Amino acid sequence: MSAASALPRSGGRPDGTVAVEAAGPPPVRRVRRNPVTWVKRGGLSTLVFALPVLVIFGVFSWWPIVRSVVMSFQKTNLVAPATWVGWDNFQYVLTDPDLPTAIRNTLYFALLALVIGFPIPLVAAVLMSSVKRLKGLYSVLAYLPVVVPPVVAVLLWKFFYDGSADGVFNTILGYVGLGPYAWLSSPSLAMPSLVIEATWAAAGGTVIIYLAALIGVPGELYDAAEVDGAGIWQKVWHVTMPQLRGVLFITFILQIIGTVQVFLEPYLFTGGGPANATLTILLMIYNYAFGRSLGGDYGAATALSVMLAAFLAILSLVYFKLTSSWSKS
Amino acid sequence: MAPGDIANPAGDAVLAAAARKKTRKSSQFDGDRGFVSEQDWRRPSVNATMKTLHIVLLVLLVVVGVGPMLLLAKYAITPTQDIIRTPLAIFPHGVRWANITEAWNDVEISKYFLNTIWLAIGSWFMQLLVATTGGFVLSVLRPKWAKIVNGLVIATLFVPSVVLLVPLYLTILDPPVIGTSLINNFFAVWLPAGASAFNVVLVARFFDSLPREVFEAARVDGAGPFRLFWSIVLPMSKPILGVVSVFAFIASWKDFLWPMLVLKDPSKQPLSVRLPAIAAQTDLGVFLAALAISTLIPVVLFLVFQRLFLSGAGLGGAVKG
Repeated sequence: MSAASALPRSGGRPDGTVAVEAAGPPPVRRVRRNPVTWVKRGGLSTLVFALPVLVIFGVFSWWPIVRSVVMSFQKTNLVAPATWVGWDNFQYVLTDPDLPTAIRNTLYFALLALVIGFPIPLVAAVLMSSVKRLKGLYSVLAYLPVVVPPVVAVLLWKFFYDGSADGVFNTILGYVGLGPYAWLSSPSLAMPSLVIEATWAAAGGTVIIYLAALIGVPGELYDAAEVDGAGIWQKVWHVTMPQLRGVLFITFILQIIGTVQVFLEPYLFTGGGPANATLTILLMIYNYAFGRSLGGDYGAATALSVMLAAFLAILSLVYFKLTSSWSKS
Repeated sequence: MAPGDIANPAGDAVLAAAARKKTRKSSQFDGDRGFVSEQDWRRPSVNATMKTLHIVLLVLLVVVGVGPMLLLAKYAITPTQDIIRTPLAIFPHGVRWANITEAWNDVEISKYFLNTIWLAIGSWFMQLLVATTGGFVLSVLRPKWAKIVNGLVIATLFVPSVVLLVPLYLTILDPPVIGTSLINNFFAVWLPAGASAFNVVLVARFFDSLPREVFEAARVDGAGPFRLFWSIVLPMSKPILGVVSVFAFIASWKDFLWPMLVLKDPSKQPLSVRLPAIAAQTDLGVFLAALAISTLIPVVLFLVFQRLFLSGAGLGGAVKG
C-alpha cells in the first residue's frame, strides 16, 4: 500500500477510493505527486466539487445500503447496542404466517397490473403516434394523471370507490344496471380496485416513453413495407411492434419491479384489509419497522427488504439473459 | 410514481440508461413519418377509421384522464350533502365556495401548503447542488477516481429504495457528526433527496455532450474550475437543469412515506402526509377542497412546463434494442 500513502489522502475519507485505485493498473511515469503539486493541479478544488456527491451519497445512500445488509443479521433496538443474531431474522420472517399471504397478494397485484396496465399504454401510444393534429394535446391529457400527487389520487379514488349505491362508480355503473359493488371492502374486489387506480396513475408515463420510442422508428422501414404491399395493420404488426421490442422488454420488467414494491395504494386504500386481502410485502416491511407501538423490529424489516431486493435482482438478471438471447435469434 | 410509490429508483434506471446512450434534444413527438402514409390517409376508409379511432381515444383521455380532476374541482365547491347524495349531478343546490376558505383557514391547509413548498424548494436545491457539482466532477474535471465514484453512483440505481428505508431512518435518528436527531427537521427530507443517482447521471451525460473546446478555451483564458463551472458549464446546461428542476420539485410534492416517517410533528408535515390524517374528521366537501388545493400547483406547473415534463418523461424512449 505504499503507492496509496504517496497519494494525497483527500481529507481522510474512509470510502476506500484511494486504496482501490492503488490496486488498479500500476502508476504510469508521471511527476511525483505531493500535496503542493496536487493543490496546484486543481486537486483541492476537484475535491470541493466532489464533496456534495461524496457526503450526500455516502451518508444517505451507500452507507445505508451496507447497513441494511448488516442489520438484517442483527437484533437492533434504539436503546441497547445491536447484537449479532445470525439468520434469526430471516428465519423469523420466513416462518411468519402472514408472509405467504403477502407474497400471494403482491404477485396478484403485479399480475393484474400487467394484464390491465401493460396493453393500455401501448395501444394508446401507437394510436397517438398516428395523430396528425393536436398531438401535444393528446400527450398532455395522457400525462396529466401522472402529475397528480399520488396521495391525492388515492384519497380521491377512495371516495369514488364508495360502496354505497350513491358512490361515484356505483352511480355510473347503476346507469347500465350494474352493482352496487362493495369495491374496497370486498375481499375479492379490493385488489382489482387498487390496480385500476394504480394503472390510472402510472399509464401516462409509459405512454410518453412509447411515444418517444415511436418517433425513433425509421420512416424507411414503413416505406419499404409499403413497397411490399403492407397494409396499415401489417405495418403496425411487422414494423412498429418489432421496433418497439427493446423498449417493451424494459418497461415490462420495470413494471414488475415497480408493482412488486407497491406500498401507497394498499397502505392508504385499505391498510392491508379486508382480512389481509391487500397485505403486500412492502406493507409487511413497513409494519415490522414502523407499524408497532412497541418499537420496530428493524432486523425483520431489513431481512425482508434484503430478500426482496435479492429476488428482484435475480429476476432482472434472468430476464435480461432470456431477452437478450431472444433478441439475438 | 409507478404503482408502488417508493419504487422509483428502478424506473430511474431505465432513464439513466437512456440518458447514457443519448439525450434527446426536443420534446417534439414528430418523427419523420408514422405507420400511416400520405396515400393511406387519402383512402376514405382508412381516413374514416383512423379519425374515428382518434376521436374515441381523445374522448377516453378526457373522460379518464381529466374527468376525475374535473369532478374534484366540482366537489371543491359543492355542499357536502350534494356530494354524498348525487355525486354526478351538476350543482343541484348551488355552489359552496366556503369549502375552499374553510379548508385553507380552519383545516390549516395554508400551513401544510407552505410546508410542502419549503420541502420542495429545499429538495430541489439539494438535488441541483449534488447533481451539478457531481456531474461537473465526473464529466468535466475527471479526476482519476471519477470512475469509481461514477460506478458507485450508478450502482445505487439498482438498489430498490425499500432497502434504504430502515437504515436511512436510523441515520436520521442518529446522524453522524451533527450528533442530534434530525426528526421533525426539514433537513431530514432535504439531505436524502440529494442522493438521486438519476439526476447525477443525467446531468453528467449532458455535460459530456458540451463541446470540450469551450472548456479548453476558458482554461487558456485563465478561468479556474469555479469560474468554469459557474460561468460556462451551468449557463450552457439550462435545458437539463430545467428537466431536473421540474422533476425534483414534483417528486418532492408527491413524496409521502419518507416525510411521514421523519416529520412526526403535524405542524411540520406536508400536504401529502397531512391529508390522509385529516380525512376522517373533516367535512367531506372541505376535505375534497383540500385535495383540490393540493393538486393545483403540480398541475399548473405541468401545464406551464409541458415540454420539459414530456421530454424528461420521454427520455426512457431513447433506449432502443
